[in-house]
Amino acid sequence: MKLLLEHADKEGIRYYEAYRKHGGYRSVEKAFKMTPDEIVEEVKKSGLRGRGGAGFPTGMKWSFLAKPEGVPRHLVCNADESEPGTFKDRYLMEFLPHLLIEGLIVSSFALGSHATYIYIRGEYAWIVDILEEAIGEAKANGFLGKNILGSGFDCEIYVQRGAGAYICGEETALIESLEGKRGNPRIKPPFPAVQGVWMRPTVVNNVETLAAVVPIINMGGDEYAKIGVGRSTGTKLISACGNINKPGIYEIDMTQSVEEFIFSDEYCGGIPKGKRLKACIPGGSSVPILPANLLLKTAKGETRTMSYESLADGGFATGTMMGSGGFIVMDEDQCVVRHTMSLAHFYNHESCGQCSPCREGTGWMYKILKNLEYGKGKMSDIDLLWDIQRKIEGNTICPLGDAAAWPVAAAIRHFRDEFEWHVLNPDEAQRRNYGLAHYADPIHVPASA
Amino acid sequence: MSETPKLKVTIDNITVEVPAGTSILNAARLIGGDVTPPAMCYYSKLEGSGGKCRTCLVEVSKGSEKDPRPMPKLVASCRTTVMDGMEVKSITSEKVLDARKGVVEFLLLNHPLDCPVCDQAGECDLQDLSYEHGSAGTRYEFNRRTFDKEDIGDKIQLHMTRCILCYRCVFTAEQLTQRREHGILDRGDKSEISTLLGKSLDNEFIGNVIDVCPVGALTDKTFRFKNRVWFTKAVDAHRDCPTCSGKVRLWMRGDEVYRVTARKDEWNEVEDWICNTCRFDTKEVKDWVIEGPTKVSRQSVISQNHYVNAKKPQNVLPEVIGKDPKLLMDIHRVSDVNRPEIELSKIDGPAHSDDFEKKDK
Repeated sequence: MKLLLEHADKEGIRYYEAYRKHGGYRSVEKAFKMTPDEIVEEVKKSGLRGRGGAGFPTGMKWSFLAKPEGVPRHLVCNADESEPGTFKDRYLMEFLPHLLIEGLIVSSFALGSHATYIYIRGEYAWIVDILEEAIGEAKANGFLGKNILGSGFDCEIYVQRGAGAYICGEETALIESLEGKRGNPRIKPPFPAVQGVWMRPTVVNNVETLAAVVPIINMGGDEYAKIGVGRSTGTKLISACGNINKPGIYEIDMTQSVEEFIFSDEYCGGIPKGKRLKACIPGGSSVPILPANLLLKTAKGETRTMSYESLADGGFATGTMMGSGGFIVMDEDQCVVRHTMSLAHFYNHESCGQCSPCREGTGWMYKILKNLEYGKGKMSDIDLLWDIQRKIEGNTICPLGDAAAWPVAAAIRHFRDEFEWHVLNPDEAQRRNYGLAHYADPIHVPASA
Repeated sequence: MSETPKLKVTIDNITVEVPAGTSILNAARLIGGDVTPPAMCYYSKLEGSGGKCRTCLVEVSKGSEKDPRPMPKLVASCRTTVMDGMEVKSITSEKVLDARKGVVEFLLLNHPLDCPVCDQAGECDLQDLSYEHGSAGTRYEFNRRTFDKEDIGDKIQLHMTRCILCYRCVFTAEQLTQRREHGILDRGDKSEISTLLGKSLDNEFIGNVIDVCPVGALTDKTFRFKNRVWFTKAVDAHRDCPTCSGKVRLWMRGDEVYRVTARKDEWNEVEDWICNTCRFDTKEVKDWVIEGPTKVSRQSVISQNHYVNAKKPQNVLPEVIGKDPKLLMDIHRVSDVNRPEIELSKIDGPAHSDDFEKKDK
């Protein structure tokens, strides 16, 4: 089922004319006939969960927004998509900018935000132009600015570029950066719903979340909630990459099994060259990696589906998370130690440096993993790594500490023998020229794909 | 006027009543003793400080009377306000002790253990923290982080390798001097304290960044390596200062004033900020009205050899032999570095062997 990408293949859909022709901005017209509270209620009924990674119920988040008399409120769109493996928001903004703007107008009306911001990742430089062009078109057609469609509601959308720091995807760091300061996360409480941008009540939502508001208003919260399974309602964009025949962005209704998603031609199309599935990180690089046996079936032996609940089944011992939907598949040739080292390097580089466990711990983990990867590690290093990640997790200001700790913990939990192999076979580990060989070997895409 | 209702909070099975808005740390400080979580970045006089070093993590085993659910993660006690009926575990929680041990280990990864040469030895919060919550050894086997030396002025020495990035000095410069003097450059473990484009720190109150630094990253150039703090005696004094309160602590040896600092309370926090003139430029005893010896905790290394109200034993030898005993060896004549006529506090910069060279040789 396609809700967000329904018209993605239509010609000129990036522009207002084509978007409008295919039913665009209907939700705005409908929303203005409702009260803001009714819109919030529809979003609550839809069961929409934040698509940025944490999966918090959107309607509930909106209802937390403080509404003090005479104090402006703000909606901020988190377009700082920086999680390795996740590239779905980029697609939405690049090819369907009006869908996001439509969602932003409806959400701004519901939340009472007259100045709404899109905080976009600095590297998405060309998308800024696309968004600004679309905002201009929306404004020219009366969907933005003063007295939108004669409703008496005023709203402006501003695009703000980040400087390309991963930490600025964390909502409080994003707010700091938006205010022109160094992107350091704030200590919560107070939560942004009470004190956000310029100390005003603020809601920060991901691009996909805000785009999903459009079909929710169009079809009604109850109808939207019928799609999907359990508390995983509606559709979810999955950005699939790694060793698969058809990397790309897929809109799913979260009822598919993981096996179907990886191997069916409708989605990832299986693994190139008929190789075996080794592991998968299903929700962006920060969520725990799962080996093939636990990925396709839960610990109870049930089929694992692409839903929030099913992926999390078993906790971190035998489960993982939906996260942002960055689906990274690894075939049998991939080295988990190398991948974990690469991720540790990323989180070390992206740590803001405010709190000591994250600042010091991420660097320490990376150095140990580097030693292990290049055959210079000791057996005791594996236990040391385990201990370090345990002391980072949950002890930091923001979730970056957890994001750095989980991949290491899961890799050791499920692939300890591979770490031990590196210690027991140092010569072989040093001789591998894995990186170059890997990139020199293009992924085989069957003609039928 | 009705009194503000007080909230009951229990920390390590000790209940205390505090006004609404009090942090767990400050509630624990009312109890005092070992229950009080350590704090390396929190500073009650600096707005926005705290929450960064994570040494003050505590376990909230009961949220409040209304919502008794425990908090899922350990929380920074300096930035978490108490609720009525809250129950907190500090030293009674294994999780907390384990986490604190971890934080100490992280803080010491890149902090050189050069206490014997560091000017902060004896007054270093990290030294105390590592004794109380750390391990005897380290598991870190890699090279320590190093930084290029940076000159930030003639009064303050920045030793970046010792910095634990507590941000206290940044808050001090921002809030006390009404001007952004310096900040953090770079990110993660490459972060460093620096001034903008190599400027010096020269504001009238900037000397206070030395007092707030919990480690030896910012030290007083007019005192560095002139003496060890435990050889000096701390004396409270004041002067009529047009810029600040003039209430200071003098660090003396004999009649020589080696160093002037602000007075600090039992949590090692400055009571009154002092100006640069008091701190760096008035180092004569005659400049000050001496109030009396500072009360130093008996446990502190600074209290070594200082006994308040102690009576000097009477030297009876001259009375017995009828004259002063013959000096067998005058240390000042045989040693190059013991020349009483040289006032160490007045030497420009750290004392060096060149300063003691006998010119009449």
